[in-house]
Amino acid sequence: MVAALVALPVVGLFLQAIQGSPGLWQHLATTILPISMVDTIILLLGVGIVSAVIGTTMAWLVTAYSFPGRRTLEWALLLPLAVPTYIIAYAYLDILHPIGPVQSVIRWLLGYSSPREFRLPDVRSMPGCILLLGFVLYPYVYMPTRVMFLTQSANLIDAARTLGISRRAIFWNVALPLARPAVAVGVSLALMETLNDVGASEFLGVRTLTVSIYTTWITRTDLPGASQIALLLLLMVVALVSFERWARRRQRYSATAQRNRGFEPLRVSSPKGLLLLMLGLTPILIGFAGPALYLSTSAWQRIRFAGISSNLLNEAVNTIALAVIATATTIAFGLVVAYANRLRPGAVSSWSYRFATMGYAAPGTVVAIGVLIVLATADRLVDQTAIDWFGVSTGLLFIGSGAALIYAYTMRFLAISAGGIDAGLARIPLSLDQASRLLGQSPAGTLRHIHLPLSKAALTAAGLLVFVDCVKELPATLLLRPLNIETFATHLYGEAARGTYEEASVAALAILLIGMLPVILLSRIGRSDR
Amino acid sequence: MVAETDEFALEIRDVTRRFGPTAAVGGISLSVRKGEIICLVGHSGCGKSTLLRLIAGVDTPDGGRILLAGKEISGPSIFIEPEARNVGFVFQDYALFPHLTVEQNILFGLKRYNRAEAIRRTSEVIGRIGITHLIDRFPHMLSGGEQQRVALARALAPRPHILLMDEPFSNLDQSLRDRVRDNTLSLLKTLGTTVIMVTHDPDEALSAGDRVVLMKAGEVVQTGSGYDLHDRPLTPYAAEFFCDFNKVPGVYKGGVIKTAMGAFSQAMAIPEGSPSTIYIRPQAISISRDDGDFAGRIERRSFHGEFEQFLVRVDNLETPLRVRSTKRLPPDVDLVRVSIANDQVLAFPSD
Repeated sequence: MVAALVALPVVGLFLQAIQGSPGLWQHLATTILPISMVDTIILLLGVGIVSAVIGTTMAWLVTAYSFPGRRTLEWALLLPLAVPTYIIAYAYLDILHPIGPVQSVIRWLLGYSSPREFRLPDVRSMPGCILLLGFVLYPYVYMPTRVMFLTQSANLIDAARTLGISRRAIFWNVALPLARPAVAVGVSLALMETLNDVGASEFLGVRTLTVSIYTTWITRTDLPGASQIALLLLLMVVALVSFERWARRRQRYSATAQRNRGFEPLRVSSPKGLLLLMLGLTPILIGFAGPALYLSTSAWQRIRFAGISSNLLNEAVNTIALAVIATATTIAFGLVVAYANRLRPGAVSSWSYRFATMGYAAPGTVVAIGVLIVLATADRLVDQTAIDWFGVSTGLLFIGSGAALIYAYTMRFLAISAGGIDAGLARIPLSLDQASRLLGQSPAGTLRHIHLPLSKAALTAAGLLVFVDCVKELPATLLLRPLNIETFATHLYGEAARGTYEEASVAALAILLIGMLPVILLSRIGRSDR
Repeated sequence: MVAETDEFALEIRDVTRRFGPTAAVGGISLSVRKGEIICLVGHSGCGKSTLLRLIAGVDTPDGGRILLAGKEISGPSIFIEPEARNVGFVFQDYALFPHLTVEQNILFGLKRYNRAEAIRRTSEVIGRIGITHLIDRFPHMLSGGEQQRVALARALAPRPHILLMDEPFSNLDQSLRDRVRDNTLSLLKTLGTTVIMVTHDPDEALSAGDRVVLMKAGEVVQTGSGYDLHDRPLTPYAAEFFCDFNKVPGVYKGGVIKTAMGAFSQAMAIPEGSPSTIYIRPQAISISRDDGDFAGRIERRSFHGEFEQFLVRVDNLETPLRVRSTKRLPPDVDLVRVSIANDQVLAFPSD
């Protein structure tokens, strides 16, 4: 049932795409697609390389060397996760503006007096976009790679050292090849985020497929055309997912090869340690501290200057209400999917589980269009039935009420909730279920008295992650929100599109602060592991 | 129509359970009298645990009927959910709920009772089992033996029709196991509980049950008392399950089996001249320095505390004989005389 709810939008997307006239496709294929295909591929390649390099280097830095501040760095390196791509783009547009703080300071240092005499290359470019996305998306690579370094390479690295390989050579010869599956998994996640992004690439002038979908739909109101591009995008995602699955198969293989044992980091001298600390702090400075500091100061000025507007409070209420409802639905559905998998393990449950969790890989724009198609049809049906039977028109019941947005959020984030709950349930031995049944509890009673209390932590964590992702999600919100409803993310997008960034700094800061919640959670989990 | 009787606590009729092409339980029938303690024994994968799970209802049979206290709980057109069966189950890992105290764990199964009655029943059971001092602890604060007793108390509290135990002592240290087992079984005997217990340990099976059911590949090999199975096995499989026999090949002729070690008189219903094998228990062979039927030479000896094991090479025999003796031989003794107690010898036709 849940799987069907997820599958419907994909089917709708397909049907809609077929409806487009052949000429339209021709037009798309000759005008828009070549540019955006090339742009998308360059962007993916660039972000992939940047995030892989930063993520792997940082993971090696904090596992292989011991220096003051390493423990803090271990979790602080996750902080850029809190910054959505559109916020970093928006922040750096201002920070690096020719008359912004950074360039002014550089000019002052070098003794130039006007922007005309000296300016940095414009951030509003493909390289700028690649770098900025890389600096916020590298934690996706950093996280699994660090775990891989920590748990798996230890014995083999010791073996390599006794065979006479120097510490430096080990990274290239042993550690990196072993961690390759983890790097691949991380990169594919980072690339899915890249494909989802609509704000950053648009602000920075990169015309990706995602941006094309958005403009084709909004500015040209061409739904079939947008669906066609969306299908193309979905194809790229499927390729990415297959790549990730393939990488993971090897990860499982290597995980069974040896037992876990602590990795002994090398103590380094203080000057070198300081250098390593600086190196480790760089991505945090660029990916998190810079934008956070900038947003805090401009938000502070804004509040001092204009106070907290009632608009802002409205947005806060909208954002949180939508996210809370979506989180509740997502967790409920996730529980159903994960529990069905436990109660009746078998091909049907496991397939529906896999299917239901597919949505995470699909970019928000694709999900939005699919959901819109399905619900528009449902709206028409309900409206027609209501007119036929009662003579009243219900209008756009689903789309107008925000149900569409909740649907899209649920579809997109179901994987997070189902995965988290599933992992929590997996830690409960099956004999507890049977014991409970034999002591007189029904399956529902067992869920209530045994599973829910025992997986409380997993449920909370999953709920928090879904909540934060709902708050951060821009494209789906932008496309599906009911009329006149603004959330933090859409307000920010609107202001940025108009070039009036400062107005939205408070909203951006709020998103950033909420985004830090799971990072704090992750850092605490990481600490209790040892 | 199935005849209903009061005499049996449990009746299993031709029950099957398949996993893909293999039958984990292939048409087993078994009747258990009230108050009887049954030991299901067999090597891992023989289907004994599956049979237990079918009785409990946490697994569904593909065919056959199961009657509990005269009522059909599983059959072609009926399947009673496990929560409605009133069957007690002690799991191998005890399956104590980690978020509940010992008392709450026991109260968990007493939903049918009102609050006061449930609490009275709980204190009655824990008093009986001797765990009153553990009542407010959580499972992770208990030792293995204590967890086992809590699991037993929890299973017995709702007064089940039958108590099922899946390898209930296998998680305990060897030193603790014998004592816990003796206490548990004597308590169950006093309470008159009907029990089916699964084990893979032959010694445990022989000592624990009123009746032993030996299983192999989803089928019952032999049922009977411990004495029956150990002393009078019907098949070579049953014989070798409970004892590490010496096997000596021979030929059946005129009421005796002729082997390289001499003739053994055995009445067998097989044609004259058929190849047969003599099964001799290691403890049925005695060795001494100068008193015995034939000569042997000690090849190796290993000391096990309660007994000593010798490998004794005998003329005309390919493999040396395994001998277990409680009598000590001086360490320098090498050549010995060997004799065999004829009444402890079994014979089966060779395949």
